[in-house]
Amino acid sequence: MDQPGLAPEKQLDATTVEEAIAYLRNEYADAVTLDDREGYGGVIIESKRLVEVARAIRDGLGFDYLSSATAVDYLGAGDHLEMVYHAYRTSGGGALVFKAQTDRERAEIPSLVSVWRGADFQEREAWDLMGIRFMGHPNLKRILMWEGFHGHPLRKDWREAYYEEDQKPFDNRWPGGQVYRVEERNVFGKNVTYPPDIDLGRLMDNSETAVYQSLGLGVDVERIMDKDGFETNELVVNMGPHHPSTHGVFRMVLTVDGETVTSLEPVMGYLHRNHEKIGERNTYLHNIPFTDRLDYISSMGNNHGYVLAVEQLMSLGRKYNPPTYRCEALRVMMVELSRIVNHLWAIGFWLNDIGAFFTPVLYFVQERERILDFFEAVAGSRMMCNYMRFGGLFGDLPERLKSVSNLTNDRVRDYNTMQFLTEMINERIPRTIDELERLLTQNEILIERSVGVGVLTREDAINYSAAGPLLRGSGVAYDIRRADPYSIYPELDFDVAVEDEGDMYARYRVRVSELRESVRILKQILPRLEATAGESIWADGKPGAYAPRVPHGEAYGRVENGKGELGYYVVSAGGRGGSANPWRYHVRAPSFINLTPMGIMSRGYKVADIVGILGSIDIVLGETDR
Amino acid sequence: MYGTGLAKGLLLTLRHFVDSYVDDIRYGFRKYHHSTDNFAIRQGTKTKGVITVQYPDEKVAVPERFRFVPFLIVEDEDHPTRSGKDWCTSCGICAKVCPPQCIWIVRGNDPNTGRPVPEPEAFFIDIDICMNCGFCAEYCPFDAIKMDHDYELASYDRTTHHIHDKERLSKPNSYWRSIAPTRAYEEMLVRGTWEHIDVAKEARRGAARSRPAAPPPAPQAEDAATAVASEVASPAEASAAPAPTAEGATPWTEDDAKREERRRKALERKARRAAKRGQ
Ligand code: SF4
Ligand code: SF4
Repeated sequence: MDQPGLAPEKQLDATTVEEAIAYLRNEYADAVTLDDREGYGGVIIESKRLVEVARAIRDGLGFDYLSSATAVDYLGAGDHLEMVYHAYRTSGGGALVFKAQTDRERAEIPSLVSVWRGADFQEREAWDLMGIRFMGHPNLKRILMWEGFHGHPLRKDWREAYYEEDQKPFDNRWPGGQVYRVEERNVFGKNVTYPPDIDLGRLMDNSETAVYQSLGLGVDVERIMDKDGFETNELVVNMGPHHPSTHGVFRMVLTVDGETVTSLEPVMGYLHRNHEKIGERNTYLHNIPFTDRLDYISSMGNNHGYVLAVEQLMSLGRKYNPPTYRCEALRVMMVELSRIVNHLWAIGFWLNDIGAFFTPVLYFVQERERILDFFEAVAGSRMMCNYMRFGGLFGDLPERLKSVSNLTNDRVRDYNTMQFLTEMINERIPRTIDELERLLTQNEILIERSVGVGVLTREDAINYSAAGPLLRGSGVAYDIRRADPYSIYPELDFDVAVEDEGDMYARYRVRVSELRESVRILKQILPRLEATAGESIWADGKPGAYAPRVPHGEAYGRVENGKGELGYYVVSAGGRGGSANPWRYHVRAPSFINLTPMGIMSRGYKVADIVGILGSIDIVLGETDR
Repeated sequence: MYGTGLAKGLLLTLRHFVDSYVDDIRYGFRKYHHSTDNFAIRQGTKTKGVITVQYPDEKVAVPERFRFVPFLIVEDEDHPTRSGKDWCTSCGICAKVCPPQCIWIVRGNDPNTGRPVPEPEAFFIDIDICMNCGFCAEYCPFDAIKMDHDYELASYDRTTHHIHDKERLSKPNSYWRSIAPTRAYEEMLVRGTWEHIDVAKEARRGAARSRPAAPPPAPQAEDAATAVASEVASPAEASAAPAPTAEGATPWTEDDAKREERRRKALERKARRAAKRGQ
């Protein structure tokens, strides 16, 4: 406090991140130390006092938004587990990164759910995949794997069923490539170990009671299910995983009182493939096409977040050229086009959910097709774009969007690229948005279905780490493109869409405004592309290396994706020359974290509204389950 | 007034319905005729009507950059000196850069000297695992592996059809030039010749020894381009693959029987190795 350079108490929440760290080290001298590992930042908090300090960070310093909480296993490099938290201010600015460490054997860290409810699912994930017990967590259950799963897969010494080697590229592919089929290495072969005391019968138990009991619903399932004293005041209803309205294999277990929902528990993991473990086996470059498969509606945005994170790390080294201006402009264009795709899709399918079956969505998909055609001609694929590279891109725009006939009955198209883009951005997309508004915004049925339904208050939205349109629909004008800008967004002119009501309709309106803002951005990109025509997308004129080595350190790359904040926490544990494979690769998935408030958003509404509420959050299971 | 929003929306759907016919009439039903221009109109930015395609009676031809399961380039049959020769030098970069690791390559050995030859003995891609990312094609320094456009790969039995071997993977160079003319041209500019980069190197070496050597078929911008080409040809990895042996003794001039023999031996060796590993 009386330290020079520190702001007076009442302005603590307006300090810079450095000042905030200095304040913490001063105030909690015995609990807070600087993280001075090479390439790292932030502070390490002694885990006993974590909750206390976290509260000070939230209330005193004003870092009210917990963006990401994840764990890292430093096996062989200190042999501890570490929780890493990234907290931001909803008023904007950089991250306050703080960490807590614990022993690998008896891994325990106090839960921060009492400070940020948004830590709920993320801590469950860390327990599930890393095996850290969070003391004081209200419902510490596995979240992506099933109860009864043996081990914690993200630990460095855990091996998957088809384990080959710790890191790619695998040795046996070249020069003596012994081809084999993956199934030949049977899952139930020698690769799998069962714990000695396992009761395989229990895993087979699919009785009603067993199915619901592990969910921690706070309901006495036995009582409800009991045939003799059958009570109908409260029922447990299971929606999913195979349900047309859950947008994929996703399950919700509701308890209902009549038609009214009294509690809701999302159950996920049906599409879990341990993306992060795969990512840690991969080289840095290998991960780019894998990110496409997260939120497969907007793969360009996924690429962007990841390359930003790795570029941050690369910039710590000596040989790093930042992307050229043309490259940045192209990236922003692609990302904004995928935002349009994403929102058209989100609105369309949300309408399906609330009953406007497929007419609107087909009108929007028609526009989406054009954008995907463009992606296909530029990046090579409609959805799995795999377009961005570290410091560059896969390729510049082709002069013409031209197809070549190859199969029987092929029909050929051929457009001038810039003309196609100009027409699309200036005419088609705005026309579709106008049409969308004419069709929906004043539609009385839509308004009655969605106004006042699925309300998330401003305070809850922040506290539950909601992101994207869900957060902005609750009156928080937080858009990473403005709050913590990256790429060329600072020089672009656009507004952050925000609505105060916090209901489904507000989220819809936020998405519509964002569509318009994206068009506004795209219109500014076009002249920039024309001005830079002919310039290279690579700073040194030639494509990057196929096996880049990345310097030691940590990085958190975050972008405002269609669904919300998409963050990549990447740790490189290389020695002198850097590493070829990430030590830790974590995805802060908006679709996953946005489900944290699903329970409170649904309470008190009718069963029929639940699908609509889920649709208004806009999730993609590829990203939720990872 | 209550209901106006609804009515407006219904009118809009009606307009969509009508548009789909108006468009047809405006273009005099040309939209459905099988010529390039008409299809571009129908799918173009100006169309308001129906843009759907009646697969498989009509297929949308894919753009040049479209990527599907890779193939290997071999020299055309009518090539004067290198007919049927692989472009691949077995450098292994594609196998390393492949994210799901679905490429297996057996590097060939010269039966006499025992030295590796710049040609793969066997090459497999498991197309069930291939994620069509295109990295192999992007990072191959010899332009030897390319992404295909043929997406109609359905088969009845994946266990027998989905590991593509070298024979299945190989397609002539002229095929690549026909499905992606622009890109083939761009690659030629970088290499400095329409020929394989080794041919260009050989020619340069010949020229350096001031022997009369036939110049490569005149590409534009040759000087600048060959400078780039030499850069591309010598990444660290490529140097691991040895340069072709002295002229005249290049492995691909031997006759088919010998070649077949070599292939058989290699497969035997491979089987022995596999058996050993299995024990
Ligand atoms: S990268 Fe190209 S030359 Fe090297 S092994 Fe692969 S296909 Fe052959
Ligand atoms: S396209 Fe990608 S996944 Fe497929 S073989 Fe090539 S590098 Fe591997």
